Amino acid sequence: MRTIACMEDLEKLAEQKRKENRGYSRTVTLCAGTGCCASGCLSVIKALREELERLKLKEKIKIRATGCHGFCEQGPLMVIEPGNIFYCRIKPEDIPEIVAETLQKDRLIERLMYTDPSSGRKIACEAEIPFYKAQDRTVLGQNKLVDPCAVGDYIANGGYSALVKVLTSMKPEEVIDEIKRSGLRGRGGGGFPAGRQWEYCRQAEGEPKYVICNADEGDPGAYMDRSVLEGNPHVVIEGMLIGAFAIGAKHGFIYVRNEYPLAVEHSKIAVEQAGKLGLLGTNILGTDFSFDIKIARGGGAFVCGESTALMASLEGMVGEPRPKDIHTTDKGFKDLPTNLNNVETWANVPFIINKGSSWFASKGTSGSKGTKIFALTGQIRNTGLVEISMGTTLREIIYDIGGGSATGKKIKAVQTGGPSGGCLPEELFDLPVDFEALAEAGSMVGSGGMVVMDEDTCMVDVARYFLEFLLDESCGKCVPCRIGLSRMLEIIKDITEGRGTEEKLELLKDTAETVSVASLCALGKTAPNPVLSTIKYFRSEYEAHIKKKQCPAGVCRELIHYSIDRDKCTGCGVCLTACPHEAITGEKGKVHRIEDDKCRKCGICGEACKFGAIKLS
Amino acid sequence: MTTADAKRVDTILKGREGASGELIEALQDIQDAFKYLPEEALRSVSEKMAVPLIEVFRVANYYKAFTLQPRGRHLLTVCMGTACHVRGAPRFLDEVLGQLDIKPGETTEDGDFTVETVNCLGACALGPVVVLDGKYHDHMTAGKLRALIQGTLSKKAKKTGDR
Repeated sequence: MRTIACMEDLEKLAEQKRKENRGYSRTVTLCAGTGCCASGCLSVIKALREELERLKLKEKIKIRATGCHGFCEQGPLMVIEPGNIFYCRIKPEDIPEIVAETLQKDRLIERLMYTDPSSGRKIACEAEIPFYKAQDRTVLGQNKLVDPCAVGDYIANGGYSALVKVLTSMKPEEVIDEIKRSGLRGRGGGGFPAGRQWEYCRQAEGEPKYVICNADEGDPGAYMDRSVLEGNPHVVIEGMLIGAFAIGAKHGFIYVRNEYPLAVEHSKIAVEQAGKLGLLGTNILGTDFSFDIKIARGGGAFVCGESTALMASLEGMVGEPRPKDIHTTDKGFKDLPTNLNNVETWANVPFIINKGSSWFASKGTSGSKGTKIFALTGQIRNTGLVEISMGTTLREIIYDIGGGSATGKKIKAVQTGGPSGGCLPEELFDLPVDFEALAEAGSMVGSGGMVVMDEDTCMVDVARYFLEFLLDESCGKCVPCRIGLSRMLEIIKDITEGRGTEEKLELLKDTAETVSVASLCALGKTAPNPVLSTIKYFRSEYEAHIKKKQCPAGVCRELIHYSIDRDKCTGCGVCLTACPHEAITGEKGKVHRIEDDKCRKCGICGEACKFGAIKLS
Repeated sequence: MTTADAKRVDTILKGREGASGELIEALQDIQDAFKYLPEEALRSVSEKMAVPLIEVFRVANYYKAFTLQPRGRHLLTVCMGTACHVRGAPRFLDEVLGQLDIKPGETTEDGDFTVETVNCLGACALGPVVVLDGKYHDHMTAGKLRALIQGTLSKKAKKTGDR
């Protein structure tokens, strides 16, 4: 491949790729993100390849294996263009029929179409599916257009044109002004205005300067950054290039979680490809702008999502944060000016440059502009990734896009912002998703996790879960976080195990406030949110644990009891075999019983019993 | 460590002499190659990369990606992320305890299985998720997990029987 030296070169290459694509009568796009891979998409792709080979259709039909389309629940997914035909939950056995019927004869296969659960209607077009219809998929929508390992796909769709525009017609200050005008705020959790941050870094003294892409997405229940980096690594690289030019940085890092092997691999390939095209390296596009990117794999520490800890980790040290009275834009990596943004923030930059700051600013609310990707998970029907305009209400996301409860049970809360966020009750579902609105309610937008919880979730247990997580991940450098969190966990454990008192509940709140005020970094400062928000909105659940020694959701093991309903038990023995703790006894054909001293209350027997004979009280 | 192992470490450290900033990357590569960080390898790292041994151990201990103990032949990772948690993932640890008699972070006595927990695999739509030797298993139940563990154990029994 020749290197790209100017806009014409890029246009030529894009046109050449588009011409290649026009040579195919049909394009079959298959999602090969982590979710669909786990549901077996690789064997579907293999079957399709073999079938096209067998029928000598390889030259006519293009197969594109892409990153995540977002609707992970329905995977493996396929979209056939032209026609926007959407097939879901495909198995390799379906392939011959898809090729013979849909690809060759243009006939739809109803069995593979999506069924709208509310109306029972079959939907053929991807764009008509309610899950997609209510979204604004600016960033995520690109995933299905590009093969993440083929830079040509990215370029054919207008990729790197924003970089060329910036390098050939804009001054660094103009780029910064454009980003400032767009109102883009960091999408990693902090929500700091990106343009202002870039400006601070540009003005800071010290050379060389660095830019970092934070892809150490540690929030449990969130995987937006994973999907963008896996599915469209070049958009992140292009964003970083534009940022580096504006800031005056020479070197960049993508710090990516080692738990995301596909993201590591795809970003490495993309960096190599961009280098070969001359889009990374020295004198990019014949200008005096030079920039390179290294991929650094994270060590699996949640606190390394914090900027100063991440930079320490990049330097090969333990990832402990430092006080931020000197900003990283002044003294960051190796004590030099460093600008860090997360994957989604960088991915938005090329769109802002190409479509203009006013286009971006036209979406969203007065303080939160543009779109934001959320990972909608938990007890919800349509789990997956959703991208919406800021300002969309939680209710619209959960019910219109998410399709409501997966189990038919009442949804009682949504947890946003991961371990730094909080649990919001159903009464607040009309809140718009906006940095300020969610923070005022005691939660946060965070990086974009959205875990939906129904009646089977105990909110005290959720608070305990997050505290255990945070205590485990606390680096231990500062006392309020290290000691405060363990004292808080002691109290919460007492409550979930039936030893809680009302005085202790007040002490818990006091301690939480101290940890929040006195901790060194954002991990500690926000750690009390899950506890405080659950006490605020679900106090009755705490009181049931404390006063009645009951867990209303039937989760806290010390407060529940399993027994077998004599009338329903058929003596089939399934529970006896299923119990991992050998706590169930009984003869075949006779009523079984649970031995309380051995029962660890895991509930596996209840899951195994087909007759509903396991009673929970 | 055998001579061949020492050579593997040398290859990993090649070009990283004195580059203390590359410490984590080097440890990642050693972990990938050996599935744990052997003590002798850490001593070579310290010497070649000019990082005090105590600092190498500190880093190796700090990050979850590293382990100082050899892992079992099969690695079972149970996702404990929020989405998996609310869908019942804690039960899997009961199942593991019942089937293999080990807790997370431990390895069975015969060296067959190591069980680890992870805070989130980012595959929340498929939750609860477990990963066995790199392969994702979605929408797990305790019953499915039992079959998975038993299946892996019986494959081994078959192999031994064939010999």
